[in-house]
Amino acid sequence: MELLGHLADGFATSLSVTNLMIVLIGVTAGLFIGAMPGLGSVNGVAIVLPITFIVPPSSAIILLAAIYYGAMYGGAISSILLGIPGASTAVATTFDGRPMAQQGKAGLALIAAAVASFVGGTISVVLFTLFAAPLADVALAFGPPEEFALVLLAFTTFVGLGGDDVLKTIIMICLGLVLSTVGLDLISGQPRLIFFDQPGFYSGVSFLVLAIGVYGIGEILHTIETSKSAPAVTPAKLTFKELWLGLKEMNKLWRTMTFGSLIGFFVGMLPAAGATPAALMAYGLSKLMSKKPDSFGKGNIEGVVAPETANNAASTGSLLPMLTLGIPGSPTTALLLGGMVMWGLVPGPLLFIEQPDFVWGLISSLYTANFAAVIVNIALIPVFVWALRMPFTVLCAMVIVLCIVGGYAPNQKMHDVWLIVGFGVGGYVLRKADYPMAPLVLALVLGPLMEKSFRQTLIAEQGNVMAFVERPLSATFIAISAVFFLLPLLKHLHRFSRRKTAANESPAD
Amino acid sequence: MAKADRLIAMALMAISVYFMIHASALPIGWNGMTGGPGGGAFPFWLSLIMFVSAGGILVRSLRSNVKYSETFFDTDTFKSVVFVVIALLVTVWLITWAGAYVALPLFLIWYLRFFGKHGWTLTVILTVCTPIFLFFFFEVTLKILLPKGLTEPFFVPLYAMFF
Amino acid sequence: MTYTFMRHFSLAAAASAAFALATPAAAQDWEPQKPVEMVIMAGQGGGADRLARLFQSIIQKENLSNMPILPVNKGGGSGAEALRYLMDKEGDNHVIMATLNSYYTTPLRTDIGVDIEEFTPIARMALDTFVLWVNADSDIETLDDYVAAVKESGGTWKMGGTGTGQEDSLVTAMLEEEFDVSVTYVPFSGGGDVAKNLVGGHIDSSVNNPSEALGFYQAGNLRPIAAFTPDRIEALPDTPTMGELGHDLVYWMQRSFVAPKDMAPEAVAYYTAMFEQLNASEEWQTYTQEKALMAEFLTGEDLQAYFVEERGKHAELLNTMGEATN
Repeated sequence: MELLGHLADGFATSLSVTNLMIVLIGVTAGLFIGAMPGLGSVNGVAIVLPITFIVPPSSAIILLAAIYYGAMYGGAISSILLGIPGASTAVATTFDGRPMAQQGKAGLALIAAAVASFVGGTISVVLFTLFAAPLADVALAFGPPEEFALVLLAFTTFVGLGGDDVLKTIIMICLGLVLSTVGLDLISGQPRLIFFDQPGFYSGVSFLVLAIGVYGIGEILHTIETSKSAPAVTPAKLTFKELWLGLKEMNKLWRTMTFGSLIGFFVGMLPAAGATPAALMAYGLSKLMSKKPDSFGKGNIEGVVAPETANNAASTGSLLPMLTLGIPGSPTTALLLGGMVMWGLVPGPLLFIEQPDFVWGLISSLYTANFAAVIVNIALIPVFVWALRMPFTVLCAMVIVLCIVGGYAPNQKMHDVWLIVGFGVGGYVLRKADYPMAPLVLALVLGPLMEKSFRQTLIAEQGNVMAFVERPLSATFIAISAVFFLLPLLKHLHRFSRRKTAANESPAD
Repeated sequence: MAKADRLIAMALMAISVYFMIHASALPIGWNGMTGGPGGGAFPFWLSLIMFVSAGGILVRSLRSNVKYSETFFDTDTFKSVVFVVIALLVTVWLITWAGAYVALPLFLIWYLRFFGKHGWTLTVILTVCTPIFLFFFFEVTLKILLPKGLTEPFFVPLYAMFF
Repeated sequence: MTYTFMRHFSLAAAASAAFALATPAAAQDWEPQKPVEMVIMAGQGGGADRLARLFQSIIQKENLSNMPILPVNKGGGSGAEALRYLMDKEGDNHVIMATLNSYYTTPLRTDIGVDIEEFTPIARMALDTFVLWVNADSDIETLDDYVAAVKESGGTWKMGGTGTGQEDSLVTAMLEEEFDVSVTYVPFSGGGDVAKNLVGGHIDSSVNNPSEALGFYQAGNLRPIAAFTPDRIEALPDTPTMGELGHDLVYWMQRSFVAPKDMAPEAVAYYTAMFEQLNASEEWQTYTQEKALMAEFLTGEDLQAYFVEERGKHAELLNTMGEATN
């Protein structure tokens, strides 16, 4: 088979000694960049891109792939250890990763994240190899109505998350959605919600600023108050035995991992969606399908595994529209696209036919990088876990410094740093009053996509709301959303009636 | 506790009114001609839902007869939270004019030595190492310049050396 | 294993060797003392961003600057954020800004207190072209077919483009005015997104830059109808210009660099020389040819005069557009 020949060629290149060294360096660098709150694969790719014009192209691709994967793995590290998602793709990982770390299972959570990322990466590379060309057509079939339906689906998989106060959840969703509209209204081209005439608001409220504020500063203030002297987390230890047990534990989670990879790949492949909705949907769906949905958010290992497989699978998936359609699905792929142009490649439908060497070279590099990333990551887990054993006041000071610098770095605006402090204090007070934070962050991530696709559809269809259900794909998504929306309600009613009977049987309880 | 709950609900109501005022600068209605909601519609109506929900919480809290014994803030530890917040604000303000390489070490000295009550050895080591790490990681490697404010001229020889 | 782009690399290597000799580094009396900030008036991933980063790569590769050029995206509010930022940087010798047409349209559309005449012009690198595209599956082959189809739709014809008030919507307004038709304009967040939606059949036509649609054209998914240029575009030799078809419609997207007000004249000279060398570089010349860009280099007073003239034209365009939509 011609395809396998290309792939074998690619592997032969990527497995040379020099290239293996490059992979190890790239993955390690990517891991640390990704682990830094505020920095992600974009920063990693941005710094090495100019270097890639100097080294031989085959090594360049491998270096890029290694940094990309390293950073994707690294995102989970700050989510789990510090509870601050390093990138929007790792938000869902904090929901259960952070509680696990607080219970002293940071090591297990990190192993789970690494193995899950590896499995997600592997399955997606296989899917990519086999179905790249036909899948490009699926991406094309997605217009604004389908995008809207998909975002709606991502939202509804989260309804009833954690069983919080309904009114408070609604407030947080609305607040997140309103914050997501700050800046420029794409449709009318008018600026809106420019508070206090601050030019910083023109570019909107970025997800990272909110996440670092609420999860970083907010969490620290919370911990300072609840346990001034006591350690923030149960000190975690990691021995070889535990590592082995962790790997064995993962063996039981094949269903979640396969499922997460499939969702991740298919959602990530859609240009508008990408890895963040993919990870959130995988989390929401594995919670819905779980036998113990209540244990999610309290340190269920599946809550780490599902989003981590999904976001890694999605990062491979998002290369698909970049290569076949020339549309970057994320800032990182946009940079890669720019790099390809510099190398004299034209991304688009003809790339697979005219430049098979490049395409399969990239694929095999991704695979090699994925393999290296899991090894380097597991090898470094003891180091990361050790960092948690610092005295709380030292860890706190370091995290605050990282929050400030990490919040400044992506856009290089002091405006963002002020917002982080503001969100931190606000988030701290709201969390104390039992307002849930996850819906707020989720709404800010999905809000812009939701509003844009909703209004694009209505403009194109002259205000006809039925447009969403007239098209087969979007109708299907909306139907599934409706089911998901009603499912927790039904479960709740079911449990309620059961509890009632139970209460009747034992009135003393 | 109940008092705090009411105060927060009222603050959220005020914020949503503020959002609504801003949002209504753009059309908030349904415009059939251009197809669908105007530019201010999303933020306006969502803020309204927020206002109503927060109002619901306020009403609920006023109606409930449950007596909360727990206070919202523990006065003792609350003091340390306020200290940290003030330190944060001062640090960020200091960054804008004296730069990150003055403000962050000062913050670390305060936090480690005076707030965390660690020894001088640890404090000095961390205060010296952190800016060095930041410089090499962010500026030299990632090419992300941190704000320097007044201290900018001192960095010119460093730039010449490392870039 | 031989990559085709190896060839590009060796070409580039030869070019850089040639430049090492030509760079008159010693002739400068001013050099940047710290990394130079390159503000981009658009968000990450768009056409303007990609081009700016291409410039950065070429500058770095050809060693055209002794300090790194660091791209920073300030795309908020169609560039309003970037313009305000540059205004605050008065007299700063280490900031330059990559602009596009929102350089005139944004201050015209919203009052942000910025007068672009105060900024220091550095260099215009290129003019990007616009072409009218339809899906290759449609029956439309000529401009007449197109106008007939739009008229028949009675206003429901879906024209996709970038955000309202940006270049694509202005070109659309010009079309509407010229042919006395009205279309439904659907804004998307970027040119690539528009092209994809046209190929997927979610919109009926677009006025994409060739660089955004060329890949799909080569794969046989899109069909060019007419170009908004005075002469035919090299990459699309069979596509007539609007002028040839009897319609005086020409529109350009400018790609220029400007600096803050009161930048030191030596610094202006330094950056102007830098972009001059960039303009002559092998990579840039190849790129402009492949991407159907017009590399019309312009600097100094001429560039400022060009900006002022274009601002006047855009003010008129926006006026007619305002009448059409309100």
